[in-house]
Amino acid sequence: MSFVRSYALPRLVQWAVVIVIGATVTFTIPRLLPTDPVEQTLNRVSSTAVTDPRAVESFRNAIRDLYGLQGTPVEQYARFWSRLVHGDLGPSLGAFPTPVTQIIRDGLPWTIGLLGTTLILSWCLGVVLGTLAAYFSGKRWSHLLSGVLVTIYPVPYFILALVLVMVFAYYIPLFPLVGGASGQASLSLGYLGSILQHGFLPALSLLLGGTAFRFIIARALASGVIASDPVVYAEIAGLPKRRIVFGYVLRNSLLPQVTDLALAIGTLFEGALITEFVFSYPGIGYRLYTAILQSDFNMIMGITIFSIVGIATATLVLDLLYPLVDPRVRYR
Amino acid sequence: MQQVDRGLVDAQLAVAPGAPGGPPPLDGAPASVAPRSQRVVLSVVRDLFRYSAAFRVGALVLLLLLVLAVLSAHAPYAADARRVVPQDRPPSPEYPLGTTTLGQDVFWLTTYAIRNSLFIATLAVIISRSIAVLLGSFSGYVGGPVDRVLGAITDSFIVIPRLPLLILISFMVRGSLNMVGLAVLIGLLDWAWPSKRYRAQVLSLREEEFTNTATFSGLGTLEVILHEHVPFLIPFLMADAVSGFLFAIGVEITLAILGLSDLGMPTIGTMIYWANYYQVLLTKRLWWIVTPLVGSVLLVVALYLLSTSLGTYLDPRTRLKNLGLRRAAA
Repeated sequence: MSFVRSYALPRLVQWAVVIVIGATVTFTIPRLLPTDPVEQTLNRVSSTAVTDPRAVESFRNAIRDLYGLQGTPVEQYARFWSRLVHGDLGPSLGAFPTPVTQIIRDGLPWTIGLLGTTLILSWCLGVVLGTLAAYFSGKRWSHLLSGVLVTIYPVPYFILALVLVMVFAYYIPLFPLVGGASGQASLSLGYLGSILQHGFLPALSLLLGGTAFRFIIARALASGVIASDPVVYAEIAGLPKRRIVFGYVLRNSLLPQVTDLALAIGTLFEGALITEFVFSYPGIGYRLYTAILQSDFNMIMGITIFSIVGIATATLVLDLLYPLVDPRVRYR
Repeated sequence: MQQVDRGLVDAQLAVAPGAPGGPPPLDGAPASVAPRSQRVVLSVVRDLFRYSAAFRVGALVLLLLLVLAVLSAHAPYAADARRVVPQDRPPSPEYPLGTTTLGQDVFWLTTYAIRNSLFIATLAVIISRSIAVLLGSFSGYVGGPVDRVLGAITDSFIVIPRLPLLILISFMVRGSLNMVGLAVLIGLLDWAWPSKRYRAQVLSLREEEFTNTATFSGLGTLEVILHEHVPFLIPFLMADAVSGFLFAIGVEITLAILGLSDLGMPTIGTMIYWANYYQVLLTKRLWWIVTPLVGSVLLVVALYLLSTSLGTYLDPRTRLKNLGLRRAAA
């Protein structure tokens, strides 16, 4: 059981620390800023409807209560946590009274589908291409591939997505511009096909960024392995190239890449949010964008907290699965 | 916003070799004497310019963009001036990059945009890297429980997704978020990953002989860190600052396109926002959107080239090769 105590337990503690810090920061920020979300909401609503000062006052109290701003900061903090533990993020103001959790639940499958697919695909593509490019570093295609991906890598997601929209939705209209699917939700071939068609461009923009990132690391790691003794001996022994690349170079540079996967989740998630704005893809990011447009404070708050908990948990799960691939952790 | 942790790649390429054995000057200053920061920077830049084509290309493109930014001081229009030129003109000799629906000259608008974006990114990098260097080296130098607590906090900020937080904050102060505010906001959210890297470096510097000498000479903790250790962190800091730049530029663009920053000030992000707002893609007024797109891509790729060439330079194997070249040339 020393594995649990020396490996799993510290990670569980770290997971709890992340959530506590994240939730506390999210709780503190709106209270530190000079702007008052209650007044903001009030201004937006009362400019169109209510004029009676007593009605405004009772409405102000209602919003204050809704945002959990009633009572002393300590009471507010306690109530904030009790709501959080019960999974209650309050109602959305843009789609009142639908709970924020309901809206997140509706968007989640789209985001997870997009994120999961691109995470796995970009990881595999990046690792394999990076290793190949490092092994055949003298070849023309290797230089070309490196050049293209190194250029793509630092480009902000927004720009990347925007360029893809310009090229593939306006000038060469191969793909639909908005939405996640068309037609009735069903298991029919047509509906599934439309999901793929709608998801292609968003996925491609994430895939390009993610692959470039993974490629650069993989190339650096692999060129280290290529110079190592076992690979040199394998070359001298005249083993087939395929076996050297996949059996020796790739395998030995794989471990740090697995560790890295946990860290990449957060960044790719942020990329997914941006991608969803640009392509109006109906996941969490798009709902966040709608919330910004509708000045829906509760919704933005809810999505922020949810993404912190979600990413922390995903990282924890990956960390706990890590011993399956790294025997050194298992037998320590 | 990369959103992608730019630091990650560069750091992985760079940190391992950079550590103690006296990273900075090739000229062979003894490791026990902390080299003067300025000289370190100069010698690194000189060597890079001589031996790295990537660095030369990156530096030239960056120089070009800097010239554009400086030109903004001589712009015939104010930064927020509108309706000063005819609307929606395609590029012509008179308006080399065309004009916008708002009646702005795209060329001069771009010079302002580059200047402002560079300003925001620079300030953000100064803030985030100051926090990172101080916190990281303090944590690494002091060690023990303090280090563990700071480490747990740092790790948390690495895991916490920053984009939703940034959106929450800038949503709340919408309108009142000027350039300085935006830079501070970005800076306060981008210290965690680099801080871990600086901690790792100081951890090994702490075991060096000169640290003991300094401590026995009566230097305090902060003095040892600032005078003895920070100079050794500078080469990595240079590569790392570029990652900070890339992050800040990405954030600026993202927040602006979401309409969350001060839309009246021209930056690369707000230019794209207004171009989108006036549907340039549907109306085929491409000059308006292509200019900031190309500008931002040039900027980030140039910065990235600088960063990778620095990373390569930090690798002792490359430096040995360059030493060989130098000897052969002599």
